[in-house]
Amino acid sequence: MSATTIRGPMPGGARNALVAAQLSRSRGRKNLFAKTLCMAATGVALAFLAAILGTLFWLGFSGIHWSVFTQVTKPPGSGGGLLNAIVGSLIQTVVGTAIGTPIGLMVGTYLAEYARGSMLGNAVRFVSDVLLSAPSILIGLFVYEIFVAPFGGFSGFAGCIALAVIVIPIVVRTTEDMLQLIPTALREAAVALGAPKWKAVVFVCYRAALNGIATGVLLAIARVAGETAPLLFTSLGNLNWSVNMSEPMSSLPVTIYQYAGSPFDDWVQLAWVGALLITFGVLALNIVARFVLKPRT
Amino acid sequence: MSTTNDSAVRANIGAMEAKSSEALNAQRIAIKNVDFYYGTNKALKGINLNLPDRQVTGMIGPSGCGKSTLLRVLNRMYDLYPGQRAEGEVMMDGENILSPDVDLNQLRSRIGMVFQKPTPFPMSIYDNIAFGVKLHEKLSKSAMDERVEWSLTRAALWGEVKDRLQASAMGMSGGQQQRLCIARTIATRPEVILFDEPTSALDPISTLKIEELIDELKHDFTIAIVTHNMQQAARCADQVAFFYLGELVEVGTATQMFTAPREKRTQEYITGRFG
Repeated sequence: MSATTIRGPMPGGARNALVAAQLSRSRGRKNLFAKTLCMAATGVALAFLAAILGTLFWLGFSGIHWSVFTQVTKPPGSGGGLLNAIVGSLIQTVVGTAIGTPIGLMVGTYLAEYARGSMLGNAVRFVSDVLLSAPSILIGLFVYEIFVAPFGGFSGFAGCIALAVIVIPIVVRTTEDMLQLIPTALREAAVALGAPKWKAVVFVCYRAALNGIATGVLLAIARVAGETAPLLFTSLGNLNWSVNMSEPMSSLPVTIYQYAGSPFDDWVQLAWVGALLITFGVLALNIVARFVLKPRT
Repeated sequence: MSTTNDSAVRANIGAMEAKSSEALNAQRIAIKNVDFYYGTNKALKGINLNLPDRQVTGMIGPSGCGKSTLLRVLNRMYDLYPGQRAEGEVMMDGENILSPDVDLNQLRSRIGMVFQKPTPFPMSIYDNIAFGVKLHEKLSKSAMDERVEWSLTRAALWGEVKDRLQASAMGMSGGQQQRLCIARTIATRPEVILFDEPTSALDPISTLKIEELIDELKHDFTIAIVTHNMQQAARCADQVAFFYLGELVEVGTATQMFTAPREKRTQEYITGRFG
């Protein structure tokens, strides 16, 4: 416990108040400069967001009418609504998430709890990360090749599969990240009570990581709710009312895609309304989740 | 800390009154010639140590000396990590704990562990205790209620939490959380409890409570405690073992270790000359 000490004056001479003040002013200027840059950057980002949302609200709200929610899409010039697209989107998003979430959850758990540092784990993680950034149109083509072409036609179910493939890597990543954050001591504490590993994971780790994992699922829902490309090759879109999963199914993004590029004013108007609905849906989901997932004290 | 103060503290430690009973009970656990490896790094070298039944064994030594490692051998916690392995024998009730065919979950229900940092599970106070019990027993609701009350009472926590058993355990103070962890451990009715520096993250008052608790618990449980605090070892332990660089340097009753250590290294460590 003995420390080596040096006696004598500190090297560097006496402290000069003038130099100290100069250094302080120089720090202050640099701070101001960096702060201004940061705020300007934030301003730019927010301006774009505001412009997008502003346009969306401006053009979307003016077309909101009860018929949007009660009528299906109709030929141009004859009114109509988005009922089939709304219901189709809901079905495909919900089913796609329901298929993708458990798979992603299990893969993420495998990576975080059972495959740390293993070759197979690293390979799975790499593939999942590649899938995460894969262009979604490729996923649409992939599902087209394995689910649409061999089974003779576009279907709502194929759309769900395509969305599930997008959900999986998002949930894998967040699940793994969140489980990694849990202190080792918590796992050991559960194991020290005599819990088999799976019980420690399911009853302790999942609980501790619940908010993070749920946030990942929400992110995935928000992502797939607005996906167009994978649905173009799978559920195709349907101008008529259909909730049959084995037939082409309408969805908001695909309808927006078709309508927004059309030369008919009423269709373009409906496309704006559809975009507004998706935005609101995702926003509402996030707000609800924020309340439900508030950390319990 | 000034030098005068320092030497005062040292003198104090040197003259520390160990309050242990003179005699040690019969052994509950016999550690025989245990080596431990982290990969190729040998962290424990030929450890021989008996843990006396229903008494407290204090394990002291500088950081990295292997005392926590030995604790983690006793409940086979190292089994979680590939690359860690122990050799030798740890006998309890005529059975070698280190044998590969030991049921680890049952072993850990018999040898409980309390960690350095409080590790409450993210659930209610009640469920924290019920979690461990449910792993090994099927109890009715009322029996479970009784067990929860019993263990919280034993951990000197019942009075503070009896009105908020359904509240989250994460909202308790650090000292309360650590006592909850002790309650959780004793609720599974282990025979041995391992404490790994249980008070190093706690304030002095909470530390005192935990020490009193350990003193109380030793009537029913065989206890091993790793500590960096010499006074704590003197206050709590009946038997003290001093580890250095992976070896067990010396073991004896607390009185003997703190008043007349046989080894020079023990003497130096206890009086704060190195470590």
